[in-house]
Amino acid sequence: MDFLEPAFMQRALLAAVLVGITAPAVGIYLVQRRQALMGDGIGHVAMTGVGLGFLLNSSPVWTATLVAIAGSVVMELIRAYGKTRGDLALALLFYGGMAGGVMLTSLSTTGSNANLTSYLFGSLSTVSSEDVTAIALLAAFVVLVTVGLRRQLFAVSQDEEFARVTGLPVRLLNLLVAITAAVTVTVAMRVVGLLLVSALMVVPVAAAQQLTRSFKATFVLAVLIGTGVTLSGTITSYYQDVPPGATIVLLAIGVFIALAVLATPLARRRARTAERASAECDARCVPDTRRPADDVRV
Amino acid sequence: MNDDPVISVRGATAALGARPVLRGVDLTVGRGEVVALLGANGSGKSTAVRAVIGQVPLTGGSIELFGTDRKRFRDWARIGYVPQRTTAASGVPATVREVVASGRLARRRFGWATRADRAAVQRAMELVGLADRAKDAVTALSGGQHQRVLIARALASEPDLLIMDEPMAGVDLGSQEILAATLREQVAGGTSVLLVLHELGPLEPLIDRAVVLRDGCVVHDGPPPKAVGQHALPGHDHVHPHAADEPLRTGLLS
Repeated sequence: MDFLEPAFMQRALLAAVLVGITAPAVGIYLVQRRQALMGDGIGHVAMTGVGLGFLLNSSPVWTATLVAIAGSVVMELIRAYGKTRGDLALALLFYGGMAGGVMLTSLSTTGSNANLTSYLFGSLSTVSSEDVTAIALLAAFVVLVTVGLRRQLFAVSQDEEFARVTGLPVRLLNLLVAITAAVTVTVAMRVVGLLLVSALMVVPVAAAQQLTRSFKATFVLAVLIGTGVTLSGTITSYYQDVPPGATIVLLAIGVFIALAVLATPLARRRARTAERASAECDARCVPDTRRPADDVRV
Repeated sequence: MNDDPVISVRGATAALGARPVLRGVDLTVGRGEVVALLGANGSGKSTAVRAVIGQVPLTGGSIELFGTDRKRFRDWARIGYVPQRTTAASGVPATVREVVASGRLARRRFGWATRADRAAVQRAMELVGLADRAKDAVTALSGGQHQRVLIARALASEPDLLIMDEPMAGVDLGSQEILAATLREQVAGGTSVLLVLHELGPLEPLIDRAVVLRDGCVVHDGPPPKAVGQHALPGHDHVHPHAADEPLRTGLLS
């Protein structure tokens, strides 16, 4: 357990746990509404925020948070109101965000593109105690929203039109999901990096649903997988000289493959059970009188 | 029965883009009444229903729900809406119970689910005969069972008015019978129903009145037309598409 000794590792592990919890907790709603790549888009936009932080000589975590929130709100508005060419608008936002980040960083005196790289791919060993405080505060917000409003967010992500007719404030809840996703991106930025953030939002959810049947079980298992891979990836990168972000994402994909292989016989058995159940039901409910009359000319 | 209508649409006009879809539609559903909205594809049935629940803006005319102007109507728990869907599934697994429970949010939008909420969800699943599948993933269900899940979700808020958009589309006979029985039970309990149908089918004995739309106008409002020809056959499943300007030949008016 000597990886617990250095102070930087304690901070790194704390940040890793918080990311492992929050990223899948938000990601599950994005996957549910089939917006799995939204996290990736926010990550690109957040680069401008990091560059702005260098330029203004302030903490890049907070500027990235603000810019990512602004970007995610614009993306949500494009999704909700944009009828055509929404994909082009999003593309402009993504690439503009990335180019803006590189440009602002090179203009600043404190930041270099090497510094920017630590935000792109994560750099656990440079996580400061101020970073940890920021990450913990942001993670608390994410958990509060994704767990506290899970019934409402489930309904909105499951069937948006139906949710509107139940009287839920759908527009507000959609914006809240977008903002929470943006906050999560900046929480995860120091651990896995902006370019790999989306993987940690999506892959644990995809892995969990290989085994689960309910939303609740998917949520819990995805968070467990997320925490497991961020912790083990961080520890691996301490002993071996490998980048933590890439290690964590590859571990998550490994878990996905393992569970997918494991799930194949399970799915087959479930399909058989379902087939039996529906066969029984048909025999019980279809009355003879409703057989189509085949002898009538059509 | 029409003194105190639950739905009252007067001269409604609406357009999708530049194309007028509703051109002065009058539609009334009285308390306890079952009204079928019929017509060919593109006649404006779905748009009319979506205007009633506030999902399509009107360009003219008025809509009242339970005597309140639709724009000021907030009592959504009184309405159970069944959208036109072929699936109840989304990108993440969910059980039948979880999907049905989301309908209960119309009663209690925020806060924890109470024992009464759970009982209502259980009752809704029993009504459509899916209580034994409560813990199954919706992806494991057949098309007809998906439709039953969507109807149970609408029933979970214990509504006074059911609005259904093509609840029988793509539904196997076994599920059609169960849906008809569910609806009969609701109507017997005093629920009003507005449903979009391609044809009357097994629901025919339940229907008090039929409103037939054609090109965004009401062309018939009265007793359900007698089905004749091939459409009268039990088990006839009407799935072939109609062009909007094709003469109305759903077998309902001939």
